[in-house]
Amino acid sequence: MNFDLRLPLGLIFSLFGAMLALYGLASDPAVYAKSLGINVNLDWGVVMFAFGAVMLGLAWRSRHPPGPAK
Amino acid sequence: MPHSLSLAGIDYAILVIYFLFVLGIGWALKRHMKGSTDFFLSGRSIPAWVTGLAFLSANLGAQEVIGMAASGAKYGIMTSHFYWIGAIPAMVFLGIFMMPFYYGSKARSVPEYLKLRFDEKTRGFNAISFAVMTIFSSGISLYALAKLLEVLLGWDFNASIAISAAVVLVYIFLGGLTSAIYNEVLQFFMIVFGFAPLAYLGLKDIGGWEGLQARLIPVATEHGFAAGTWTQSWQHMGAAQSNPMGVEWFGLAMGLGFVLSFGYWCTDFLVVQRAMAAKSMSAARRTPIIAAFPKMLFPFLVILPGMVAIGLVQSKGYADLIPLRDGSYDYNMVIPNMLAHYLPSGLLGLGFTALMASFMSGMAGNVTAFNTVWTYDIYQSYIAQNKSDAHYLWMGRMATVFGVLVSVGAAYFASRFNNIMDLLQLVFAFVNAPLFATFLLGMFWKRSTGHGAFYGLVIGTAAAAVHHGLTLPAGAVAGIKGGWLGANLHTYPSEMGQNFWTALWAWGVCFSITIAVSLATRRTKTDAELTGLVYSLTPRTVEHGEAWYLKPALLGGVVLAATLALNIIFR
Repeated sequence: MNFDLRLPLGLIFSLFGAMLALYGLASDPAVYAKSLGINVNLDWGVVMFAFGAVMLGLAWRSRHPPGPAK
Repeated sequence: MPHSLSLAGIDYAILVIYFLFVLGIGWALKRHMKGSTDFFLSGRSIPAWVTGLAFLSANLGAQEVIGMAASGAKYGIMTSHFYWIGAIPAMVFLGIFMMPFYYGSKARSVPEYLKLRFDEKTRGFNAISFAVMTIFSSGISLYALAKLLEVLLGWDFNASIAISAAVVLVYIFLGGLTSAIYNEVLQFFMIVFGFAPLAYLGLKDIGGWEGLQARLIPVATEHGFAAGTWTQSWQHMGAAQSNPMGVEWFGLAMGLGFVLSFGYWCTDFLVVQRAMAAKSMSAARRTPIIAAFPKMLFPFLVILPGMVAIGLVQSKGYADLIPLRDGSYDYNMVIPNMLAHYLPSGLLGLGFTALMASFMSGMAGNVTAFNTVWTYDIYQSYIAQNKSDAHYLWMGRMATVFGVLVSVGAAYFASRFNNIMDLLQLVFAFVNAPLFATFLLGMFWKRSTGHGAFYGLVIGTAAAAVHHGLTLPAGAVAGIKGGWLGANLHTYPSEMGQNFWTALWAWGVCFSITIAVSLATRRTKTDAELTGLVYSLTPRTVEHGEAWYLKPALLGGVVLAATLALNIIFR
């Protein structure tokens, strides 16, 4: 089937990651008292964004396979 | 009542975007659904990592996530036996020994395999009981979701049911099994990303593994058990009285590890269907083994938060983590309350969406299994044979609508008559318990016959009911918990112990009756007809051009060794 699941996975997690990271930068540090003072939105947002980017990269690479130039 | 979650704008944004994606995947797959094989079996075209994660995720409904955290609080690390003994070995066995027959026979469903291997009546018995069972499970998922939304957020029960059912209906109607599988993979990553911070923050708060061990000592001694009972998985299994599960090692290993586990993972079409959708024999065999790797680590994601919660309630007095209801702990609220306690807006939306997604994919898994069994094993076999493929594709879509509507009905039924749902689940457990004996004999003993399989199943199911009717767990009165045949021949220390032994009895009876009746009846299938269905009559599969690290046997060996190591570390 010509439908690569890595594409939607990459899109949604890079989007969620970016949203959380930006929200983490903008939000009041006081809200992180409940998460033991760690800005989990920023940290985990970056991790999710990286995961999404890797998925997108893999999807892109399988569409454009590196091959000998013609 | 527990404090409600309060979601902020960003949490709702994540929720809405997630469900738009889910529906979008269904929409994008619509044009690929050209025939019934596309709709029910994804055209047998999915790569192994996708079917593998879907295989895991189809089982990872929200009841599983919530229930395992609850058991983590209630029983401690012993809960991981449900993974390390109760899942991994069976998943590896399915991949290495059973998938060649499921996939190689070109059967389109588990009941259809029974028809090819045995006869029509064995298939009918399995197909009808499975179809009824799966649709009620779907309804129970829906009910549990709507109930949780009502308690946590004050959402309207009716609206929650309608919206959740509509989302599931739309994406399966459009994209069939592929849509369900893709969304299960998406849900798998949502669960991992949503719950990993929870496990991390909880463990950090309690002082790491050493802190957890120390804090769980008073929990164990307060219940009258040895100090390490909550953090040692094997050392207190010598006798049923010395651990909170009320199970001894033999009942655990045989009842859970053998009968229940193999009966579920190796014969339940809900999970096996995911492997059948794989693109090749090798991918199909790798499916459950790939699933076993994350499965092995899931206790750290779903059981650990429960253990942390009980430890924190005990030592730091975090009463919000496990609320009291009628004087005892309401363990099922552990996960939602941990989310509310540790996660700020943003990540909270992610965790909450993951929880909601797992309810829905639990329901979707049941609906896709139902529509396939209904269309192929009931409709095509008994109602309308020899119609065009387009007709069966249409019927699959209609069965999806019908299945979702019945699920909604079952959800309301569950909200009115909780006891009847318990009763139904009990009956299903009786039907499931003997099934693995039938498959084991069917696949590995060519002499077993259709009559043998059928009577073995029916009498095995009856044996489960009789055993349950004649025994009771400690402290229970005769009724739905057992003893309803008017006598109590044995009292088990716990309900779990009783369940394990009920399964063992059912399996043993089915196994013996199938052998006895098979020997007394004539074979109706020739060796040629059984080729590809029975081990001794099937040429060994040889994988051509597969890299050595993709060999199912090697991967299976690695995951078994790693699981053994986990058992030793956390003994």
